[in-house]
Amino acid sequence: MSDQGHPGDRRAELKQLVELTDISADCGPLADIPLSQQIPLPPPFDKLEDEPQPTPLTDAAKEKYECELDGTIAVNIPKPESKEEEERLVKSFLSGMKKLFEEENNWIFLKPLVISAEHCAKCQTCSDSCHIYEESGGAELYRPSYRSEIFRRIYHKYIKGESEWVHGEIDLNWKAVARLIELSYRCNLCRRCAQTCPIGVDNALLAREIRKVASQEMNIQVKELHEAGSVLQQKVGSSTGMNDLVLKDNMEFIDEDTEEKTGIKVETPFDVEGADILLIHNAGEIMAWPENPGAFHTLFNAAGLSWTLSSDLAAYDGINYGVWYDDVQFARTAMLHMQAAKKLGVKKIVLGECGHAHKALTVIADRILAEGLNDIPRESCMTVLLDIVRSGKIKFDKSRNDFPVTLHDPCNMTRLMGIIQPQREIIEAIVPAERFREMAPHGVENYCCGGGSGFAIMSGHNFSEWRHRFSGRRKFRQILEAFGDEEMTKENPKYVCAPCSNCKGQIRDIISHYDAWEKAGIHYGGLVELMVNAMVDAKPDFIDWEWH
Amino acid sequence: MHVIPYLVAYAALLVFAAAVVGRFIMFSKMPQHLRWELYPVAHEGGGKAVYGGSFMEDFEWWKKPRETSVAGELKVMIPEILFLVALKEHNRKMWTKSFPFHFGLYMLTACTVLMVLSGLLRTFWPDLEGGALFKVLHWVVLVCGFGGMILGIFGAIGLLIKRLTDRGLKSFTSPADIFNLVFFIVAFGFSLLYVVLFDRDFTTVASFVGNLMIAKFSALPMAGNPGLVYAVSVVLLSLLLAYIPLTHMSHFVGKYFAYHAVRWGDEPNLPGSKHSKNVPDLLNQNIGWSAPHIAGDGKGKTWAEAATENPAREEEK
Repeated sequence: MSDQGHPGDRRAELKQLVELTDISADCGPLADIPLSQQIPLPPPFDKLEDEPQPTPLTDAAKEKYECELDGTIAVNIPKPESKEEEERLVKSFLSGMKKLFEEENNWIFLKPLVISAEHCAKCQTCSDSCHIYEESGGAELYRPSYRSEIFRRIYHKYIKGESEWVHGEIDLNWKAVARLIELSYRCNLCRRCAQTCPIGVDNALLAREIRKVASQEMNIQVKELHEAGSVLQQKVGSSTGMNDLVLKDNMEFIDEDTEEKTGIKVETPFDVEGADILLIHNAGEIMAWPENPGAFHTLFNAAGLSWTLSSDLAAYDGINYGVWYDDVQFARTAMLHMQAAKKLGVKKIVLGECGHAHKALTVIADRILAEGLNDIPRESCMTVLLDIVRSGKIKFDKSRNDFPVTLHDPCNMTRLMGIIQPQREIIEAIVPAERFREMAPHGVENYCCGGGSGFAIMSGHNFSEWRHRFSGRRKFRQILEAFGDEEMTKENPKYVCAPCSNCKGQIRDIISHYDAWEKAGIHYGGLVELMVNAMVDAKPDFIDWEWH
Repeated sequence: MHVIPYLVAYAALLVFAAAVVGRFIMFSKMPQHLRWELYPVAHEGGGKAVYGGSFMEDFEWWKKPRETSVAGELKVMIPEILFLVALKEHNRKMWTKSFPFHFGLYMLTACTVLMVLSGLLRTFWPDLEGGALFKVLHWVVLVCGFGGMILGIFGAIGLLIKRLTDRGLKSFTSPADIFNLVFFIVAFGFSLLYVVLFDRDFTTVASFVGNLMIAKFSALPMAGNPGLVYAVSVVLLSLLLAYIPLTHMSHFVGKYFAYHAVRWGDEPNLPGSKHSKNVPDLLNQNIGWSAPHIAGDGKGKTWAEAATENPAREEEK
């Protein structure tokens, strides 16, 4: 931690003591946390007064959308036009809550849900593990258990008809429903709190279940995740809006560009039947970080792997936003991925550098795959890349990566899949040992980048500021601490290796928000870029240090 | 009248057993959920559990035999159950109250089990009575009994004070949470009062437990105040025993499933696996969610149908 002390030390200064019952109060936003309440970052960002000031919501936004939680908006819930509409929405919410606890409608997560709904000991052990709560200076509203406890009280009182004397007071009205849905998008679903719970209660799961009620029953979703996310992917093939023709054009351009940079010819294969590997990237890489697929394809070709991309609907975009808010949307995208692999007859699917795509297709989708689909294994690119390194088919020169490097652990790969060591062994092979420094904590106890559960692509109104100030601040703190012994100038460039597209997007945005490239020389990128940068057969300087 | 404490104790044991078994059955019968594991997974073999690694760290993991370790699970479970390791690690201030409370309960459980054991020995091997084994058992019963009650009361008072004074806990505390702790303090308090004042070597307590085992409802040699305190203690402890599994304090059952079925439930669905066989039945259930992207066409459908249709694409066409 910085020498300013632990964020928890400031809790005593907290003035905003929000009660659980305030969720239904007609009192305006429940929290408005001033910058002065937050803990200063390590140098050279240690002056709170120098940080970008929060932008208030516009009057137009306030008039149109429900915004009585905390001064920002993630979900864009339109204000109901009448009391009757409010009542209808509350009924719809309760109907969805009821379905969550029905076997037929929620067999998918029924057991974990009931455990978390009925067995919390309310010990608040989860709070200290939450980066959002901690970086808010201990704001009551952002306790991981705050939304969970409201959810539980509603469940006990309105679904099970049990006494408030036993489970605590709660009143359900439209204010409470709108705030609770919005509050479900103040959690990165990183499950760090679940990891510390002595009983195994999972606040992240409950946040996700609230999102499900909103989406699956009330048709309330975050636009970037649903309409411009999973729906767009299922409609045209990718949430980037890229159809198969544009994909092939883009890849041709990337092949040429990569060849120019590395001096190694690359040709991306499409729809090769019987290939060993179907490689699925997050299509965001193709659009925003073309050097990433370029580096992947260079490495796969140089290692002599039999691989292909698919140009089938959704199969060239590994994202699956349903994993954050909607089981049906999740299952649809997973099915499209698996069907494409089946059609090509590949031996396995390899997921590119995208954490949630890893978890969605490898772990979460695992038990919805019937015989005939479950015979196509899904594998992390980390193990495939490590196999390439171990095989010795590609020679690496560590001295080409002679700059400070730290590694961000994407939650989905580490805490939620247990893939910890392969990426470290790769780094050991391509980065001089004295140049690599771990973040603290790291591995399975890592902190979320702050972009988890869709936040990295959510930027409506002033929400991106919220995620820099609260959800992303701990990661930025960790990065600064990891490079604490380095000269924090642009002349001493430092590399944050983030092998996940969403994490990379979030880290890009944090760096941009704090102007950390100009002020401290902090840059970011994926793992394969570092690998190609160290490839003996490639021209040097694959990593582009110009800020983009 | 002397039969009443026996009857209350039997009723409490029945309620306790039925509620715990019922809860266990409820969780066991719930459908197979999707994988939602959380690392570290204690049974991961090959040294991976230490740092939170998984079988998915291995290249082409499905071609390798899975290495799982029951010993690895026990290594985590036993200290977790006995010493509340997770709480100690992540919430030390709460642990200083919760640990004595829980350990007190364990000691009282051990005390009861040992009294049962003594009763069995006395019944089937009467010759052993008065021997070294009985002496040891007797001392352990005393230590567990007194220690358990004292720790339980100490922990419950600590938890109660913390609940009532800590801002973060207070607003989450319901009247029932306070009642529960007070119930423990009162029930254990009466019991402690009884043994300290009237039964310091647990003679009548052990006789009561022994009689319970063989359904012998003999009156214990007490009258007046001792008899009253004894009866109140038995009734309070019995009510407490019956009450625990009917509340969220049945988290010892939930915790078992939270760890074994959810956090450590990492078994992959490979062709021919038990998971694989369950999938069709699960997917063939009807889906009743109302949002238009699920129920938009107004036709009833199964999960399989909902997962394989693509209304967004249809709209595009």
